[in-house]
Amino acid sequence: MILSLSKDTIEVVKEQDVVFTKNRVKEVAVRIKMGLVNQTRLITAASELLRNMMRYANGGKCTIEVVSSGRTNGIRLTFTDKGPGIPDIAKAMEDGFSTGKSLGLGLPGTKRLVNEFDIRSNVGEGTTVTIIKWANG
Amino acid sequence: MSFNTHKLLESKKKAILEQWMKNQLADDSLREDLISNEELRSQSEELISALVGNLSMADLTDLDSDEWSPVIEILGGISITRARQGFTPRETGNFVFTLKEALLTVLQAEISDNPQLLFEESMKINRLMDSLSVVTFETFIKGREEVILRQTDEIADISTPVIRVWDGILALPIIGTLDSARTQIVMENLLQEIVETGSSIAILDISGVPAVDSLVAQHLIKTVSATRLMGAECIISGIRPEIAQTVVHLGIDLSNIITKASLASALAYAFKSMRLEVRKANSVQKSNTF
Repeated sequence: MILSLSKDTIEVVKEQDVVFTKNRVKEVAVRIKMGLVNQTRLITAASELLRNMMRYANGGKCTIEVVSSGRTNGIRLTFTDKGPGIPDIAKAMEDGFSTGKSLGLGLPGTKRLVNEFDIRSNVGEGTTVTIIKWANG
Repeated sequence: MSFNTHKLLESKKKAILEQWMKNQLADDSLREDLISNEELRSQSEELISALVGNLSMADLTDLDSDEWSPVIEILGGISITRARQGFTPRETGNFVFTLKEALLTVLQAEISDNPQLLFEESMKINRLMDSLSVVTFETFIKGREEVILRQTDEIADISTPVIRVWDGILALPIIGTLDSARTQIVMENLLQEIVETGSSIAILDISGVPAVDSLVAQHLIKTVSATRLMGAECIISGIRPEIAQTVVHLGIDLSNIITKASLASALAYAFKSMRLEVRKANSVQKSNTF
């Protein structure tokens, strides 16, 4: 059972919004007393997903939520875009696969950085990625 | 304008100016610290002359037409200088709003006997002055944006210094997020400096980079490869513990790059590979104090 304690949505359309959003994530992480290593992991994960959103979908929305599972608090980030979508999610989650000219580590790497990772995508409609990082997980 | 309002206003130019100055000086938001009264008066006079001179021939509804460009130019100029001088949008907006009030006051005094006509003419003046104040805002914001753009450029320039720490050793501290544009600047500066100084070792210090994601890592790898092509060795230093863990989790392979935790150890490594030695001087110089 995961409860949402606070919610904040940011529109990401410009390159500067990426840095702004990352700073907001950091603020929230500091507020719930997340450890430095976990903070860095979460921000790096956010950075990967934000970049993906900017690069492949020309921007989208990022929702920052403080969530609670009873014992521990954490942060849930939801990235929603209206981009082209991902035809083969299994392939996209493989290390080293990229349709752009990047390292192909963004999605699989992000999954390793966070506690919970969920990706849904419909071709032509867009992609939604949800990640959760617990404060001491 | 059908009724000879423009003629009326033209003949009343002085009165309007006086009324306007009175309004402006009475306003709370007047910034005597930023602009002197004389300067304000000359700005106001210039604008009124252009405006009243234009009323006769120009189309009042179409501000895009050429007839209006002198007025808009003056207004834009005033507005941009005000943005740079540090006026608030409200203060800049009031400059136009007080003029509207002055125009309407004069108009009312002149055609008080015909309410219908007064209303019609007032509406016209109102509409005109409203669009002029929108112009003011637009240029005001443009002025501010120019300031921001200039600052962004300045930050980009100052944030990538290449330091000669030793003969043949360059250090480049990177602070802030590394995006494509900055990587380009970093790489250019670094490669240029390698050529100019004939250095054989470059140290990229990323202590000031908040997070290393796959794109930043890719940029770093590219910079290192380019440096190697120039015949120099590149060391990445300033890798903090949390960054190290993140990079491992992401699965980024930095194993064929020399990385060090601190700039000091990178420098030590550089000295070693150049077969330089830093030693404590073993003979203490005899001083005269004894």
